[in-house]
Amino acid sequence: MITKFLASFALSMTLACAFITTSIVHASPVDTYEFRDEVTKIRFNDLTKELRCPKCQNQNLADSNSPIAADLRREVYDLLEQGKADSEIVNFMVARYGDFVLYRPRVNSLTYILWFGPALLLLIGVIVVVMIIRKKPQATVEKTLSTEQQSQLDNILKDK
Amino acid sequence: MGKLIRFIPLILFVVLGVVLYRGLSLNPTELPSALVNQQFPEFSLYSVNDEKTLKTNADFKAGIKLVNVWGTWCPSCRAEHEYLLKLSKTDRFTIYGLNYDDERVAAQKWLAALGNPYQFSLFDELGKLSINLGVYAAPETFVIDHNNIIRKRFAGPLNANIWRHEFEPLIAQIESEQQAGK
Repeated sequence: MITKFLASFALSMTLACAFITTSIVHASPVDTYEFRDEVTKIRFNDLTKELRCPKCQNQNLADSNSPIAADLRREVYDLLEQGKADSEIVNFMVARYGDFVLYRPRVNSLTYILWFGPALLLLIGVIVVVMIIRKKPQATVEKTLSTEQQSQLDNILKDK
Repeated sequence: MGKLIRFIPLILFVVLGVVLYRGLSLNPTELPSALVNQQFPEFSLYSVNDEKTLKTNADFKAGIKLVNVWGTWCPSCRAEHEYLLKLSKTDRFTIYGLNYDDERVAAQKWLAALGNPYQFSLFDELGKLSINLGVYAAPETFVIDHNNIIRKRFAGPLNANIWRHEFEPLIAQIESEQQAGK
């Protein structure tokens, strides 16, 4: 009885998991764009992955279901069809939606900290480590006692 | 020097605390518009109520203009509609609609049932002008000055309070610029 119940439970769980996975797969938007060649298709996929959806802030254009993302995907497609270069398409988007649409921000005075901050912190870390390592031998030298100090110490220990 | 080093963790903590505390009160959906202080983009679209004659930038009246992005699919647009009707009674500026990603019949019904605050509403089915304006949601309201320069973009529904704080000072400023003949 119990084994039968367990078996049916296991089966229903498997089915539920299968259902959830398939519905997740179906959640990503499906556009039917015809590309003139494979290169354009790859460029389209790369661009829609690099550009952020302005409405749904943590998704790129390729992943988002929102109407604005669909419009922008069509715009990217149209611009590709017009023979625009990738940089021109990115500039087109930045001119309208600002730097925000770029998942990889440009290097400018606003983003210096973002780009070079980590390297700077690493450099500071290395300098600190080097300083500590260099200091260490001096500390061990100080610990050895002169013969005079050693005899003094021996005297003290003898008294006890 | 040795004493100063002891305070470094405290200083770092305070700096980080200030930065993160400020981050708590920032609104990540409030994006700076890339179009402020630029010319209103060129367009050539039919309006919601007239599918025969194309409207262009030449159809904008002189003076200050508000361009309000709306759609029948947008609940906040319904919320601000009454206030737009109230605003449309003034002669300080004219209001134009930009109907975004919508169906013509639904939009016509909406204007007939709720009242029409707009001189005309551009029917931007494919979102071409909306993309040129950097629109990403409705409602959005743009302030265009007498030289057709975009002076402000506001995302979200309008009401009396927002108008008083966000729009009224700017409209007054543009009016004084107009008088100065700029």
